[in-house]
Amino acid sequence: MNRYGKEFTKGILRENPVLRLVLGTCPTLAVTTAAVNGLGMGAAATFVLVCSNIVISLLRKVIPDKVRLPAYIVIIAGFTTIVQMLVKAYLPSIDQALGIYLPLIVVNCIILGRAEAFASKNSVGLSTLDGLGMGAGFTASLVVMGSIRELLGNGTLFGWPENGLLPPITIFVLPAGGFFVFGMLIYLANKLSHRLDKDAAKKELGTQVCAACPMASSCHTAGACETGQSNPVTEPDSKEVKENG
Amino acid sequence: MDKGSLLAILIGGLLVNNFVLSQFLGICPFLGVSTELRSAVGMSLAVIFVMLMASAATWPIYTYLLVPNDLAYLQTIAFILIIAALVQLVEIALKRFIPPLYKSLGIYLPLITTNCAVLGVTILNIDSGYGFVQSLVNALGAGLGFMLAMVMFAGVRERLESADIPSGLKGLPITLISASLVSVSFLGFQGLFGL
Repeated sequence: MNRYGKEFTKGILRENPVLRLVLGTCPTLAVTTAAVNGLGMGAAATFVLVCSNIVISLLRKVIPDKVRLPAYIVIIAGFTTIVQMLVKAYLPSIDQALGIYLPLIVVNCIILGRAEAFASKNSVGLSTLDGLGMGAGFTASLVVMGSIRELLGNGTLFGWPENGLLPPITIFVLPAGGFFVFGMLIYLANKLSHRLDKDAAKKELGTQVCAACPMASSCHTAGACETGQSNPVTEPDSKEVKENG
Repeated sequence: MDKGSLLAILIGGLLVNNFVLSQFLGICPFLGVSTELRSAVGMSLAVIFVMLMASAATWPIYTYLLVPNDLAYLQTIAFILIIAALVQLVEIALKRFIPPLYKSLGIYLPLITTNCAVLGVTILNIDSGYGFVQSLVNALGAGLGFMLAMVMFAGVRERLESADIPSGLKGLPITLISASLVSVSFLGFQGLFGL
């Protein structure tokens, strides 16, 4: 996969801002009482994230290093205000549901985090893709979490069907349920990502060892030979991966 | 009890609508700094102080500067800038006068700027139509509520350290599940004073 594809897809699972980097937890927990709220919040935050990434990337050589954070915050606050006005005008019900969390997009750590860690150092194209990928990851996590909480807590999914599919367990739409579902989702994401990391590491390890192997040209078991499989020094430490989460 | 009365606002912010456990504001420091009681208290004190200062600064600016000039839509930008400046001030003051506290708060102090609890309380003051004194009391209640949640949870986390937990749940997942249980206990305050 080329660089551009990589920058886009990394935000969706491997570096998912909510489930892997654990950023932007406040809106994640607060607005996910229904799937549609999660979708609205995700879309609004993605808009701000992509726009601010583009502008910050364009201005990265103009903004002096010392005042970069205030400058980023002003840019982000500007786009947040635009989103606030748009949502208020065209989607009043979403505005009602998101309430105070809509202006609070400005202090969403994902957005400032990407500005500082990525957009301030990379080209406009890459920053746009990074913003889109991270936004997609954020939105996906919110929708998944909103769906789970809505289904269990209210018995519906995106407000359908009216009478509910399941008997509602109200605690899931209460704050306590938010913490609980979020904890379980992070657990699952860690497990999944851990497995992916292990597979990837094994593959990489194989090619590295094979490159140094004098028999490489005549070998057909690429990456699966004995030297490639059991190397205690370079095997990724499972404990470390878990602690990072 | 009257909803606008000062006591009702204070209790409301502290217990009934606890900022952290009921409104999910300020979750990052709640999860980040609550590993140890001492830093939890320090962080909470810093947040209470910044919340009070921010409320005291943003309310007059909104009421007497933005509204008369038809600039109410600049609320978000103006508020975040005021808070950023305030946090900078607190940081300088702490560095100068209480260096050990400055050291223990570490990177979390600059993060108060992007702490949604602080911006949240200033926006809530305006949205709820509070007057100046009511805003200050609301900020105090919210800050004390933040502190209560932090201190309680620091105690829970110190116990978690020595608990035997399934390997996959270690770290953040078990922390969130414990937070969920603490949050259940705050459900008991629902409806107190008819709030």
